[in-house]
Amino acid sequence: MSRPSPRYIPHTEDDVRLMLAAIGVADLDELFASVPEKLRLGRDLVVPQVASEQEVAAELAALAARNVNAGTHEWFLGAGTYSHYAPTAIDALISRAEFTTAYTPYQPEISQGTLQTIFEWQTMMCGLTGLEVSNASLYDGASATAEAVLMAMRLARRRKIVVANGLHPHYGEVLESYVRALDVAIVAAPRAADGRTAPVDELVDDETACVVVQQPSFLGSVQDLAAIGAAARAHGALFVVVVNEALSLGLLRAPGDLGADIVCGEAQSFGVPMSFGGPALGFLATRERHVRQMPGRLCGETVDSRGKRGFVLTLSTREQHIRREKATSNICTNQGLCLLIATVYLSLLGRVGLAKLARLNFAKAEYMKQQIQQTPGLGLPLAAPTFNEFVVSVPDAPAALARALDAGIVGGLDLAPYAPELGSSLLVCATELATRDAIDRLIKVLAGRTS
Amino acid sequence: MADYEIPAELHYTREDEWCRLEGNRVVIGVTDYAQQQLGDIVFVELPAVGTTIERGEPFGVIESVKAVSDLYAPVTGEVVEVNADLGDRPEQVNEDCYGDGWMIAVAVSDGSDLSEHLDAASYRRHVEERGQE
Amino acid sequence: MSSERGCDAGPERLGHATYGLSWEEPLLFERSRPGRVGYSIPEADVPVTEPESVFEPGFLRDDLPALPELSEVDVVRHFTRISTWNAAVDLGLYPLGSCTMKYNPKINEWAARLPGFARSHPLQPADTAQGALELCWRLEQALAEISGMDRVSLQPAAGAQGELAGIMMVRAYHEHRGDERNIVLVPDSAHGTNPASAALNDYRVVTIPSGRDGILHPEAVAKAMTSDVAALMVTNPNTLGLFETHIAEICDIVHAHGGLVYGDGANLNALLGIARPGDLGIDVMHFNLHKTFSTPHGGGGPGAGPVGVKNILAPYLPVPMVRKRGGSEGEGFALDYEFPRSIGRLHANFGNVGMFVRAWAYLRSLGPEGLRLCAEMAVLNANYLLARLRGAWHVPIDKPVMHECVLSDKDLEPFGVTTLDVAKRLIDYGYHPPTVYFPLIVHGAIMIEPTESESLEGLDRFADAMLAIAEEARTDPEHVRSAPHRTRLARLDETRAARRPVLRWQPES
Repeated sequence: MSRPSPRYIPHTEDDVRLMLAAIGVADLDELFASVPEKLRLGRDLVVPQVASEQEVAAELAALAARNVNAGTHEWFLGAGTYSHYAPTAIDALISRAEFTTAYTPYQPEISQGTLQTIFEWQTMMCGLTGLEVSNASLYDGASATAEAVLMAMRLARRRKIVVANGLHPHYGEVLESYVRALDVAIVAAPRAADGRTAPVDELVDDETACVVVQQPSFLGSVQDLAAIGAAARAHGALFVVVVNEALSLGLLRAPGDLGADIVCGEAQSFGVPMSFGGPALGFLATRERHVRQMPGRLCGETVDSRGKRGFVLTLSTREQHIRREKATSNICTNQGLCLLIATVYLSLLGRVGLAKLARLNFAKAEYMKQQIQQTPGLGLPLAAPTFNEFVVSVPDAPAALARALDAGIVGGLDLAPYAPELGSSLLVCATELATRDAIDRLIKVLAGRTS
Repeated sequence: MADYEIPAELHYTREDEWCRLEGNRVVIGVTDYAQQQLGDIVFVELPAVGTTIERGEPFGVIESVKAVSDLYAPVTGEVVEVNADLGDRPEQVNEDCYGDGWMIAVAVSDGSDLSEHLDAASYRRHVEERGQE
Repeated sequence: MSSERGCDAGPERLGHATYGLSWEEPLLFERSRPGRVGYSIPEADVPVTEPESVFEPGFLRDDLPALPELSEVDVVRHFTRISTWNAAVDLGLYPLGSCTMKYNPKINEWAARLPGFARSHPLQPADTAQGALELCWRLEQALAEISGMDRVSLQPAAGAQGELAGIMMVRAYHEHRGDERNIVLVPDSAHGTNPASAALNDYRVVTIPSGRDGILHPEAVAKAMTSDVAALMVTNPNTLGLFETHIAEICDIVHAHGGLVYGDGANLNALLGIARPGDLGIDVMHFNLHKTFSTPHGGGGPGAGPVGVKNILAPYLPVPMVRKRGGSEGEGFALDYEFPRSIGRLHANFGNVGMFVRAWAYLRSLGPEGLRLCAEMAVLNANYLLARLRGAWHVPIDKPVMHECVLSDKDLEPFGVTTLDVAKRLIDYGYHPPTVYFPLIVHGAIMIEPTESESLEGLDRFADAMLAIAEEARTDPEHVRSAPHRTRLARLDETRAARRPVLRWQPES
């Protein structure tokens, strides 16, 4: 058995001896005198014994190797976590120790790298969402949605929310967890036959705090935001748009331009590894007049005592802003390094690249849809336009996915647990990483033909 | 102990608001002690004209860089005027809390007697007590 | 003593900071030039359908998104330069109290980037993700053993969310028993998220005063404890760095009245292998993987805040949990949604799996003896600093500490120097300041947590700097009050940032 790894803990026996003497105690045990003897563990922890670095590496590599992943298989599974290409410059930059091993920028004079990045991210998210202020990110799209709803309830001082069909099911569950302790009525708006949300006008009234709609929907349909926004506005309700596939903002009209008061969601598509679902990158943007009710950190521009531009965390009283009204927030963090990843990604792609990449995703998915329409046995049950994700009807979805796996393809999501009313079907996503060959092979396999 | 300005002619609450009767309306703000404790004021949230405020209940919020505090109504009545300058220049509360830093004017409807509140001497004692904690 | 001021006497006094290359760098948008390209996107290998032929008018952007146009060289130079403006653990001591800024091992980063983890998807079938599920399961087991808890959910994305989950479970527990309780007890030394989490769950917060010796006393808890109290929230060691010696008796008092005890696990580093919160009477607690378990702070995230419970609260855990298969199911691991009384889901998926990989690599690199060594050396380091600083600095509660110590600026008051000034002057000496103005029960608190990562000579250099500043406060207070002097930026105007918020760059109109 090897000694405990000393490479993270520098103390030598001489060091310890010197320090104990300086403190004035005889041994280490005396330092724990305030811990009553009867409360001490009194034995070694039963956790795996220490391993050398190469053994740790081998063990982790072995665990990793047992996961099918987008490096071993072609990937058509989206549903809220997307497989996109991340330029290699990103990892080189985020691996810089000054970014990775820094703390929250509470001492701004020595945290300007972190702060300027946050300011740049906030600016970019405003541009993409069409709104005026963005925060410094939240945990993930699900908590961002919950926070957006709580914020809308605070602003409107109302307790009813209308949630359009098509919100990611897990986001809906998280929203319910957050509002469980509060007295909130959630009204679900159904789906129309084409996949979009049915008109919500009848469901919105003067008690409605907000209308929440995901764009594109969980099943991939691009919603008519203008119409839904109008229905919300007619009753003074706020219009909350949730975005799961952030790349869609490179093609679709900015929700802020279509009347959204809050745009929130998930920015994992901007270079953040899928990583089995986390860490992720929630975002939230809104209109300037709502900024004081906005959760999460905010970075603002200012000057130093010599008049030089710098950045600081600001409006921080919102974070411990405990009001008498029930709906408040304790989320006062941000996703730091993931935000940096996304900011680097967006600066490499730029305005031209992001639009081009979004169009490429659209083209891949459209090609696949066209091929499916010509393939006996497969169908497209939802007629509304889509971005890079859509529903395919296929006989015996589980068997189809199993065939795909055998052919080296993760073919999509079996929709039986999520939308059983659609019958046997899959949610399929084609990004820029989906080659024509892979698309063709998947379609053959789904149709039951060996490739 | 720091020197706090406490004008003799005003009335004060234990929550550090001052009020002054002007004809049939009461003008309300926060005291010099309050603005010093809070530090640089960055935002003041005030009710709209026409709102009714209730004595003892919060009517707004005052924020500094590091703290938030509710503002408590010393009287019941309808808000007839709000200091619009504070939207752009919340620092007026720091600079001149009894003058240009005034917050709202209320038409009183409960016939309340401002003498029920603290006079300058009592308020000074209230401030001193807290300074010794 | 040198006639020159403190650290300005020469680089050898600077904690290894130097003069030298110091960069200016504008915003990305200010660097942007039309036509610059930083992307490399393949041409379509499929026939291209133009979106305009599919969407009705008004659905598509009619302009390009408002992003800059930069070459890859621009982007790399930009971020490389601004990174040099940050203090970081890899540059030097970062003694933030209760943050446990310990060294972030690089093998953790390598492991998290393995494609088998980084390119796996939360919704892929469990049978195709056995490596990830096994790692999650093993991490849960290890955290349970380390803390003395029975079950652990890895789902909460940060400490604050773990705390939220914990109090939500407390509420669910009492509700299930039909026992209406409205109050949560919180010590006066508690971190701000404690009362916030309670308030979010519709509890009223009652504050319990610490004793003059800095710790909670059973009498104070007994006085506040009624059958209307749902829970007591404690941090142990507390935010003064002191072990709550009466914790067992206090937990008994709470339990006797049907309440539960929530443990804030921020300071767990001091207890590793020494004592376990579960053995002290804690019923539910959160962990901070980015503190105790070495995952990097990343400039503010991502972290992870797993929540551990005793069996009485297990029915309320967030779903899903990872379960080991058994019997006819065969081998391996599966996801378990069978928690009918669960508080529900808090994260879109399982939580920050990338951080679990890092924490697991860390645990495997330490083993049981290594973990205990963390606690011993962290506590040794904090007490050593206290011994070196005690004479020149006011110590509000002067007793042996655990992993952090708290000083105050009381002795500097006559010279008009505050804790904030000291923090800014420490920057001149090449240090990120300790936590300041917390806990609130100490005037001008300076909370120092060196962690076990710091060497003896590193501690001595820091102590030298603190002693020098204490001296400067007396002999040249104005120089301290106007610090920092050696940074690219002087003190920033936070008032202006709050009064006239400018929260994004906009082109000059």
